[in-house]
Amino acid sequence: MSGPSDYQPSNPALQWLERRLPILGLMHSSFVVYPTPRNLNYWWTFGAILSFMLGMQILTGVILAMHYTPHADLAFKSVELLVRDVNYGWLLRNMHACGASMFFFAVYIHMLRGLYYGSYKEPREVLWILGVIIYLLMMATGFMGYVLPWGQMSFWGATVITNLFSAIPYVGESIVTLLWGGYSVGNPTLNRFFSLHYLLPFLIAGVVVLHVWALHVAGQNNPDGVEPKTEKDTVPFTPHATIKDGFGVACFLLLYAWFIFYMPNYLGDADNYIPANPGVTPPHIVPEWYYLPFYAILRSIPNKLAGVIGMFSAIIILCFLPWLDAAKTRSSKYRPLAKQFFWIFVAVCILLGYLGAQPPEGIYVIAGRILTFCYFAYFLIVLPLLSRIETPRPVPNSISEAILAKGGKAVASIAVMLVAAGALFLGSMRDARASEGSDKPPGNKWSFSGPFGKYDRGALQRGLKVYKEVCASCHGLSYVAFRNLAEAGGPGYSVAQAAAFASEYKVKDGPNDAGDMFERPGRPADYFPSPFPNEQAARAANGGAAPPDLSLITKARSYGRGFPMFIVDFFTQFQEQGPDYVSALLQGFEDKVPEGVTIPDGSYYNKYFPGHAIKMPKPLNDGQVTYDDGSPTTVAQYAKDVTTFLMWTAEPHMEARKRLGFQVFVFLILFAGLMYFTKKKVWASSH
Amino acid sequence: MNPDASTIAAGAPIEVDLSPVAEGQDIKVFWRGKPIYISHRTKKQIDEARAVNVASLPDPQSDEARVKSGHEQWLVVIGICTHLGCIPIAHEGNYDGFFCPCHGSQYDSSGRIRQGPAPANLPVPPYTFVSDTKIQIG
Repeated sequence: MSGPSDYQPSNPALQWLERRLPILGLMHSSFVVYPTPRNLNYWWTFGAILSFMLGMQILTGVILAMHYTPHADLAFKSVELLVRDVNYGWLLRNMHACGASMFFFAVYIHMLRGLYYGSYKEPREVLWILGVIIYLLMMATGFMGYVLPWGQMSFWGATVITNLFSAIPYVGESIVTLLWGGYSVGNPTLNRFFSLHYLLPFLIAGVVVLHVWALHVAGQNNPDGVEPKTEKDTVPFTPHATIKDGFGVACFLLLYAWFIFYMPNYLGDADNYIPANPGVTPPHIVPEWYYLPFYAILRSIPNKLAGVIGMFSAIIILCFLPWLDAAKTRSSKYRPLAKQFFWIFVAVCILLGYLGAQPPEGIYVIAGRILTFCYFAYFLIVLPLLSRIETPRPVPNSISEAILAKGGKAVASIAVMLVAAGALFLGSMRDARASEGSDKPPGNKWSFSGPFGKYDRGALQRGLKVYKEVCASCHGLSYVAFRNLAEAGGPGYSVAQAAAFASEYKVKDGPNDAGDMFERPGRPADYFPSPFPNEQAARAANGGAAPPDLSLITKARSYGRGFPMFIVDFFTQFQEQGPDYVSALLQGFEDKVPEGVTIPDGSYYNKYFPGHAIKMPKPLNDGQVTYDDGSPTTVAQYAKDVTTFLMWTAEPHMEARKRLGFQVFVFLILFAGLMYFTKKKVWASSH
Repeated sequence: MNPDASTIAAGAPIEVDLSPVAEGQDIKVFWRGKPIYISHRTKKQIDEARAVNVASLPDPQSDEARVKSGHEQWLVVIGICTHLGCIPIAHEGNYDGFFCPCHGSQYDSSGRIRQGPAPANLPVPPYTFVSDTKIQIG
C-alpha cells in the first residue's frame, strides 16, 4: 500500500489478472518488499499476533454460531450442549472464550508498546486513532459476546453495563430502552446482542485494513524512534518480518494453548455456569478482567454521571495523546523521565485492575480514587509537562548506527514481560465467592487434576450410584444423557449397560395419537429426568430453596484462592476449587452449631456453605449406599466418589482435552523451535 | 429497535392480591421483567420513614408522597437499584429497608436512598388500589 508497484508476475494468467486488478502487486508491495526497520524488537510482533487472533475469533465464532440458539430460554442450554455434543465443540468454545482474553492481552501489550516508543507521534496520529477505534469496537464486541452464554454473570453484566447509558441526561432512558428492546434485559436484548456480536468483528476487520494501510503509508516506528534514512536501515518484510512474526505467533500460541487445554475456566467466572436469573443478583458482579481498570474508575467516582463520563474519557483520552505529548523525541528509550513515568502508569493500570475486582468499600474506594487521579494525571499533567521540561538523551543519527551501538536490553524486556503477565493474573483475580464468611474447603487429591489427569472409573461408577440413590431424589442432572455413560472418558460402561440403566427410568413422552402424554422406559438418548417438573415445584417442596441442577455444579461453585495462590495456580494448573468445595460441603454438616451463629428453622449448619445456613439436610451417612467393589462405605468416600462423578458430568470431555493438549504442546514447541532457527538463519546477515 | 408489539402487550397492567401478605412481610412480583417489591410495613417502619427530615435526604421525597393515603402500610417500589440496576435485598441494611449487594447502596423503609452510590430513590411504579386488598400495577 505504499505507492504503485512494479511487480510483474511471471505466470501469464496472473499477468492477465494483474493488468485488470493489481491485487498481487498490492500484496507484493505491502507484505513482501515492504521495507521494515531493521531494529524492530519482539514487541512489534504483536501486530501480527493480533491479526492472527482476529482471524481465529472470527473463524471459531462463525462455527459456534452454527450451533448456538440466541433465545433467553435456550441459549444457556445450547452452549452447554454444543460443548458436550458437537464434534470438538469444547475445543471451539475454549478457543473462542480464551481467545477473547488472549486478544485483549495482546492488544494491551500492543498499545503499551505504542505508548512507550511514541508510536502515536507525527506522522502516525491517524494510525493511532484508528487503533483506539479498533480497541473500542473490541470492547463492545467482547462485552456482547460475554452476554451470549446467558449465565448469571452474562445477565447481570449486561444489566449493569446497559444501565451506564441511563446516566446520560434527557436521552439516557431512551437509549437504554433501545439497547434492551423491552423494559428490562431479556430475550430481545440477547437477540440484538447476538446480531451485533456477529457484525462488529467484521467492522473491526475493516478498520484493521485502514490501520494497516495507515501504517504502510507512514511506515513503522521502531525502538529508536528515528525514521529509516537509507536502505541499510531497513530489511524487506518477507522473509525477515514474516518469519519473525511467525515465531512470535508460535510463542503466543503456547500461552493460548495453555489456557485452552489446561486452564479453560481460569479467566472465567464460576457464576456464569449458573443460568441467568432475573430475580437473583450475584453477590459480587465483576466484569471480565480486561475491563477491570475502567470498572474501577467508574466506581471510584461517587456521582453516577461523572463516573460514566470518567470511564469513557479514560479511553477517549487516548485519541488526544498525539497532541498531549508534544515531545520531539519519540522513543522513551531516550527519555529518562518519560520512561519512569511510563512504568508508573503501567503499575497504576494493573492496580486499578486489581481494585476493579474488589468490593467497593473502605480502603479500596480511597485507593481507587487516588489511582484514578494518577491515571488521568499521566495524560493531562505528566506528558504535557515532560515535553516541556525533560532533556532527552541524544538519539542516534540512523537505525544502523543504533544497531551498532546496541547494548543488552534484555533485562527491560523481561521486566515488561513479568509486569504484563502480572496484569493478566491480577485481572483474573476473583473474589471469594463460595467461601465468603466461611472456612476455605480443604484441598483434596483428585485423580483428574493436573496435565495428565484422568477420571477414576471406579469412582465414577460409585459416584453414579450415590447420585442415583441419594442426590437424585432432589437434584436434577438435566444436561447428562444416558448415552453419555457409555462414552469414552466416562464411567466406562458398555452401550448395552447404558441402555439397561436407561430402561430403569420412566420418561415422559408424547403426545400420542390420542393427544395424551404417556410414560415409557428410558432410552440411551434420553436425559436424566429431573425430580421436579419446574423450579417453582422444586422450591415449594424444599422449604423455599430450589435444589440446583447438578450437571454443572462443580464448575458453578468456586472459592477465592487469594494472592499469591492464584498466580501459583496458573503454573500448577490448579482448577479444582469447585470439586474441593462440593466435597467439603457434603462433609461439612455439623449437629452442634458454634456459638454466635443462629440458624433459622428449617435450615442446617454447614461449615463450608456461605452464611452457614443451608436448607439441605445432611445427605450422606456412613453405610447408606452399598458398594460392590469393597470400597469403604463412609461419608468421606461417598463425597469423593460423587464429586468425581459430578466433575465428569460438568466436563465430560476433560480427558480428550488434556490428551489433545499434550499433543498440541509437543507440536507447538517443535514448531516454535523450528521457527526460531529459521528466523536466526534469515536474520543472520541483518544484525 | 424499540420494543415490539408483543413485548408492549406483555407489559400490560397486572393485578396483585395483597391479602396473603402479613404485616412485616413482603412479596416480589414481576412486571415488565422488573421485580416489584410490595412491603406490608410495620408501624415501626412507617414511623421511621416519617420521622426523617425530608430536606436532609439525597433525593428529597416525603413518605406520604410515595404511598397511597389510606394505605400507608403498603409500600410498592420497583426493586431495581437506581445505581446500576442490581436487585436490592429487602429487610437488610441499616435503615430497615433495602440493601443492594452490588455496590452497597442502602434504602430506607420508604425505598428512599440513604447511603451509597445510587443517585435516586427506588421508583414507585404506577399502581392503584382496586379494593382494600388488591392493587393493579401499570
